[in-house]
Amino acid sequence: MIEIKDLNKSYVMGKNSLHVLKGINLKIKEGELVAIMGSSGSGKSTLLNIIGMLDNYDTGSYHLDNVTIKDLDETKAAKYRNKFLGFVFQSFNLINYKTAIENIALPLYYQGIASKERQTIALDYLDKVGLKDWAGHLPSELSGGQKQRVAIARALASKPKVLLADEPTGALDSVTSDEVMELIIQINKEGKTILVVTHEQEVANMCNRIITLKDGVIMTDVKTK
Amino acid sequence: MNSLFDRDTWQEIFGSIGQNKVRTIITVIGVMWGIFLYIVLSGIAKGVDNGFENQFERISSNSMFVWAQYTSIPYAGFKTDRGIDLQMSDVESLRKNIPEIQYIAPRIQKGNFGSTAASVVNGKRSGSFAIYGDYPILLKIRSKDIYDGGRFINELDIKESRKVCVIGERTRKELFEDNINPIGEYIKIENIFFRIIGIHKYVDEGGGSFDDDGDIHVPFTSFKRIFNSGERVGFLLIAGFDDVDILKVEEKVKTQLKVIHKIHPDDDQALGSFNLGALFARILRFARGMSFLSLVIGITTILAGVIGIGNILLISVKERTKEIGIRRAIGASPNHIRKQIILESVFLTIIAGIIGIIIGAFVLYIINIATENLDDVPLKNATVPIKFILGALFLMIGLGTIIGFIPAEKAISIKPIEALREE
Repeated sequence: MIEIKDLNKSYVMGKNSLHVLKGINLKIKEGELVAIMGSSGSGKSTLLNIIGMLDNYDTGSYHLDNVTIKDLDETKAAKYRNKFLGFVFQSFNLINYKTAIENIALPLYYQGIASKERQTIALDYLDKVGLKDWAGHLPSELSGGQKQRVAIARALASKPKVLLADEPTGALDSVTSDEVMELIIQINKEGKTILVVTHEQEVANMCNRIITLKDGVIMTDVKTK
Repeated sequence: MNSLFDRDTWQEIFGSIGQNKVRTIITVIGVMWGIFLYIVLSGIAKGVDNGFENQFERISSNSMFVWAQYTSIPYAGFKTDRGIDLQMSDVESLRKNIPEIQYIAPRIQKGNFGSTAASVVNGKRSGSFAIYGDYPILLKIRSKDIYDGGRFINELDIKESRKVCVIGERTRKELFEDNINPIGEYIKIENIFFRIIGIHKYVDEGGGSFDDDGDIHVPFTSFKRIFNSGERVGFLLIAGFDDVDILKVEEKVKTQLKVIHKIHPDDDQALGSFNLGALFARILRFARGMSFLSLVIGITTILAGVIGIGNILLISVKERTKEIGIRRAIGASPNHIRKQIILESVFLTIIAGIIGIIIGAFVLYIINIATENLDDVPLKNATVPIKFILGALFLMIGLGTIIGFIPAEKAISIKPIEALREE
């Protein structure tokens, strides 16, 4: 599903160049649940951004579902993101003036799906994350765990190939963290490829594979199950 | 563009502009004010235009008066300060030599321009009134409203020098009881009985009027007999054809009259004239100037308002950086974002415009009602043509789109990764 070869990325800041990713090689098969760990500054977020087509890389290659991802213009990147990827963020990133169901329907809107169908699909996913009764609620009326579940439903609604979760439990307490992770595991069991960036060992342990980054290189790549 | 009529597009727009309602409303007021000003001002300009036209429609606008005074330059053996009298023969001469002239109405008067008014008596009532000796052709140059049952002087009156007269409304009031119909009655002018054949209404003819309603019109030929004025003419009312420049006609008439009466070509004092054409041109220019001014004020105010909308959208884009980043991350293309921001701008502009037009139209309506029966306010039917309104609307759509591009480009320059970066 994801194939990364000798990937390099530097940030240029004035005269200084910061080499963030130093030759990453990574292969993720369909249906895997992978945790990417590392301390801050290890490059794990940059890697996730590149995989999520939110950022470009300098050298190497990146294939997603056999499509070469390189120097995409914004329109194409938007299209691919919409088609291939679902994002889950630490701070949920729900649109605060839209209800739960409207938030979930938004990626479908950008796919050009008709209003009625959007509603049906969105309600389906809301049901899937157990929040059917909260469809008409604004994010401000939901708890942290509920918000993250809405965000997961939104990420899934566009039927992506890969779900990218950036610290999905970072803003949650341990109980709700577990709930959210259980949901992620359940979605993975249904066959979705999922990447979780985390610095919590507990969260990482729930995944099938743990990749640890340090100073821009992969230190360890361990299968847990 | 099909998504323009998509309910979802509008839901997105309402969703985002509804976030800060107070700010949105205040911004919209800017544009609203602009279009309101434009509508009201150009409506009033149009009303003033109509008002003037209404007041002048009784006089041939392409007309002038000319009369004789005293010479100021000695010429052809004559001393200076020689009094000149226009003659009936001048009429033929002018008509023959100046083809631009459509009508000439000679007139002789008593009781105006320094001469003493005639004493007029009806039984116990009496008074002094200006007497005019007129030809029927006068009506071609300046119409007079004659009350029911009456008429103006006709060719037969002239031919037979009939002792008939048309009196003004005020003359009637002063000489007759209110309940008496004076038509067919006789009044004594300078001790000669004249039969009244008509009463004319007072008509405000604007700045170029010598007439009022305290006067008496008699046939020119009858005037000649009573006052023994011979072939003398008091002044000439001259109307040019519609397509001629009346200022040039005035020039030609004066040149011709100077030749006839042996006046020095440079003597500007010997002949007096008053050009209604020039007056109308001035008033027309004034009305046009007003329309133009209202256009300028309206457009610049609309522009200022639209810029305000652009400005507010820029701020709103800045505030919504994160939201735009989220939208981009979940699949919105730059075009989606651009379209949304521009539509927000256009939508706000149009809503403001429509409200402004409605309020403006309402104010014009009030103004129309308030001035309907006020004759001294030169304002009639103050309206704005629908094509001007549509023009203003299209202008606003255009401006809204152009201005919308600024925040739109700002919005799509936001990289999702930067927008989503955790603080």
